[in-house]
Amino acid sequence: MTDLTNLGVKAIRDGVAGGDFTAREVAEAFNAAVAQAAELNAFIVTTPEHALAAADATDAKRAAGEDLGAMGGVPIGMKDLFASHGVQTTAASDILGGFKPEYESTVSQNLWNAGAGMLGKLNLDQFAMGSSNETSAFGNVASPWRKTGSNAAMSPGGSSGGSSAAVASRIAPAATGTDTGGSIRQPAAFTGICGIKPTYGRCSRWGVVAFASSLDQAGPMARSVEDCSIMLGAMAGFDAKDATSLKMDVPDWEAALSADLKGKKVGIPKEYRMEGTDQEILDSWEQGKAWLKDAGAEVVDVSLPHTKYALPAYYIIAPAEASSNLARYDGVRYGLRDLPDGAGLQDMYAETRAAGFGDEVKRRILIGTYVLSAGFYDAYYNQAQKVRALVSRDFENAFAECDLILAPTTPTASFPLGSLNDDPLTMYLNDVFAVPASLAGLPAMSVPASLNADGLPLGLQLVGRPFDEQSVLNAGLAIQQRAGFDHAPKKWW
Amino acid sequence: MSTYRIQGATGEWEVVIGLEVHAQVTSNAKLFSGASTAFGAEPNSQVSLVDAAMPGMLPVPNRECIRQAVRTGMAIEAEINKYSRFDRKNYFYADLPQGYQISQLYHPIVGEGSLLIEQDEKTGIPEDKTIGIERIHVEQDAGKLMHDQHPTMSYVDLNRSGVALMEIVSKPDMRSPAEAGAYVRKLRSILRYVGSCDGNMEEGSMRADVNVSVRKPGDEFGTRTETKNVNSVRFVMQVIEYEANRQVDVLESGGSVDQETRLFDVATGTTRTMRSKEDAHDYRYFPDPDLLPLVLEDDFLEDCRASLPELPDAKRVRYETELGLTPYNARELTAEVETFARFETLLSAAADAIAKPETKIATQVANWALSVAPGVIKQVGDEADPSHATGERQAAILAMQDKSEISGSQAKEIFEIVLKTGREPDEIADTEGLKQVSDTGAIEAAIDEILANNQDKVEQYKGGKDKLFGFFVGQTMKAMQGKANPQVVNQILKDKLG
Repeated sequence: MTDLTNLGVKAIRDGVAGGDFTAREVAEAFNAAVAQAAELNAFIVTTPEHALAAADATDAKRAAGEDLGAMGGVPIGMKDLFASHGVQTTAASDILGGFKPEYESTVSQNLWNAGAGMLGKLNLDQFAMGSSNETSAFGNVASPWRKTGSNAAMSPGGSSGGSSAAVASRIAPAATGTDTGGSIRQPAAFTGICGIKPTYGRCSRWGVVAFASSLDQAGPMARSVEDCSIMLGAMAGFDAKDATSLKMDVPDWEAALSADLKGKKVGIPKEYRMEGTDQEILDSWEQGKAWLKDAGAEVVDVSLPHTKYALPAYYIIAPAEASSNLARYDGVRYGLRDLPDGAGLQDMYAETRAAGFGDEVKRRILIGTYVLSAGFYDAYYNQAQKVRALVSRDFENAFAECDLILAPTTPTASFPLGSLNDDPLTMYLNDVFAVPASLAGLPAMSVPASLNADGLPLGLQLVGRPFDEQSVLNAGLAIQQRAGFDHAPKKWW
Repeated sequence: MSTYRIQGATGEWEVVIGLEVHAQVTSNAKLFSGASTAFGAEPNSQVSLVDAAMPGMLPVPNRECIRQAVRTGMAIEAEINKYSRFDRKNYFYADLPQGYQISQLYHPIVGEGSLLIEQDEKTGIPEDKTIGIERIHVEQDAGKLMHDQHPTMSYVDLNRSGVALMEIVSKPDMRSPAEAGAYVRKLRSILRYVGSCDGNMEEGSMRADVNVSVRKPGDEFGTRTETKNVNSVRFVMQVIEYEANRQVDVLESGGSVDQETRLFDVATGTTRTMRSKEDAHDYRYFPDPDLLPLVLEDDFLEDCRASLPELPDAKRVRYETELGLTPYNARELTAEVETFARFETLLSAAADAIAKPETKIATQVANWALSVAPGVIKQVGDEADPSHATGERQAAILAMQDKSEISGSQAKEIFEIVLKTGREPDEIADTEGLKQVSDTGAIEAAIDEILANNQDKVEQYKGGKDKLFGFFVGQTMKAMQGKANPQVVNQILKDKLG
């Protein structure tokens, strides 16, 4: 029998449906792989029983001749930002230590309804704040990738670093991610996998621990464009419990996949040629253009003039929203409470939040509180909102001339864990190419393109018009077919 | 112009008042969650995951609460903003689970409107006055802390957390406690007409933040204080009285009024500092990113308008012009929803029973409703079961009276029995002998006897002492045990006395 852990979503689903193997065999294989991969620190908690129960349900359905669902028999990893009923849900923060929700997030429930099972809750940057998965209260996640000839632990990217590491190391066929300013795409690029952030509003935010509400968007991370299409289809859909949810039907992205890009125009934004971008990244971008031309697309130059303001605006808007969203972690109703003897309410707030939040979270709460303060609001928050509107308009103008935008996902490949800890600004720059699409709420995907000279993966990013995930996925498929990226990290864990 | 003045050592001071009234929106569910809003439930029994601000929970606007705010805005003839937005007001407190209140700072749902308070010499309002309303916005209520449950800890009850409030902000247009009192009463009346708030101040459904400043007449506005959460009309007036005098004392002794938030102490009738301007929170308002802007469609607005009932001012005018009621009666009958509702039910039933148009009988029904019936109810006291006093039964009494089958005092007696027993008026009149005697034979016999026994007075009357006519009527009624039809008595007496 083939090694089941090498299979992706589509192969598992079709294999189970076709009787090549049982869902239980798949779940057992991945549970075992997860158990052996503790060194990656990709999971905060594992839930093998959940994966097995879902698998058994799928096998029983098959025996009864029932429909198995779009994700029937596929066990996945769940980023620990999604509330899981009865399972510890922490956002990788001590402030939610031991918290077990009495509810299930809409997105995860959609996945279970589609037949998926859960291998466990995946590590992440604390409250999804970070680009290297080093801000987790549960320790760093190590990328399965290492530089050729080096044993130094590398970053899997962040904040969905547990997700990227798990999928790249093949201890999960797919995982959920969330993307606020690149948290799906950057880790996908760092680990040689695919990840798509759909249009804002496609996936319900209900039951997802909030970071920055106007930006947060869930999406799938998997090793192929097909797998992402299938899983996104299962995750997405209108949810009356989320007032920002899109009231639109979910297209059958998988069925409409096509690598034929004839008639499509792909825009190359000149402002993305930034100083500090690796030559290898620029080379890979050139290669990407060539692949898309080969697939029939026309490549045109476009301009996104406000690109350089996007990152500063993001680092005002996202912390502003976060400073308010995280006010609920106050020690009153759930999670950590630090109440020194004789202390009053204010002391309890101060002690609880000082003990419960990590440094990066505190930094962003402070920034956010500052930019919303009386006297600074107009200069920062309002100004940033204006920039955001201009960034959106840039895309609208560009999409008058093209159907898609091709850009690098990140300015560099992965870096060693610990190397940027003292330099938050450089860390923030990791998301410079990812943030504009987040501000504009556009669908954007990273697909693996190549390995650099150090043997580390590089990703290419595709950005589409609102609601046009299909064009993004199709172009991703065209790149996937031409890149032939079939590299896997060498197992060291 | 209000003549209300504070007499200070340096002369007269005028008081300037603005009110922010928080009115709980009548709705089965909270503003952003499906949880119930019923009053008096067990602590924390009406709390959804959203109200408790569990991680990942999201607010979804309740259409009914929005509709009620819009209808209220229409009732004060305010501008309805088709585009409005929710903002977060950030602060930490144990009764505020989210760490922010969802409110509307920058773009409220209702803009400028106004409300009329009526002339009332008795309370010191010399003429009708229009009070401007700045805005109405909707926002979430907070929970409640309970400090008496444990020796060292406070408990939190989140039943109110997330309940929808309308904050109705007046302009600083009021100049006396009486005007402020009239404003709150009128606002309460409108809210209850519209059905957007039950106006129950005891249960906290309505409470006011009272802004007060003083100035020498004609000067610029002075510095104001804001006294929070005042929960009765009387207390609102007390706060103004106290604050105005306190501020005058401060100013006349050379001090200055601090712009601060104050608390009202019901026990002493005084106010005290809650927090000064320096301690004022920086609420860091910003648009709530969980919610899209609220855009009201024309259809929705039309539905809201169509659902509005006749409002107090219009009803009062109609009662005067169409029904011919006195201004006093019209105002009394339209002040409260229950009063006009009872009146209109009775009027309609009486019109049927008497078979005359409402306009012909409105005055007699109004007199019954405002003075006769309440008098009897008061007199019967605890023995009265108000549910017995249906419109039909009262209409039946009025109809008998209209046909002169019963007298005014018999009507009261019958109503008394109705209140106590719920029996039908016609049956009571028959069995209890509460009917006027119109039988001329019986009356004539009685009169003959009286005239025979009072020959001297008959002579005096004939000699020009007209006033004695009343004596003969009285004697006749007495002889008839009050049951004689007065008109018949009068007629026969006139005939016999020539």
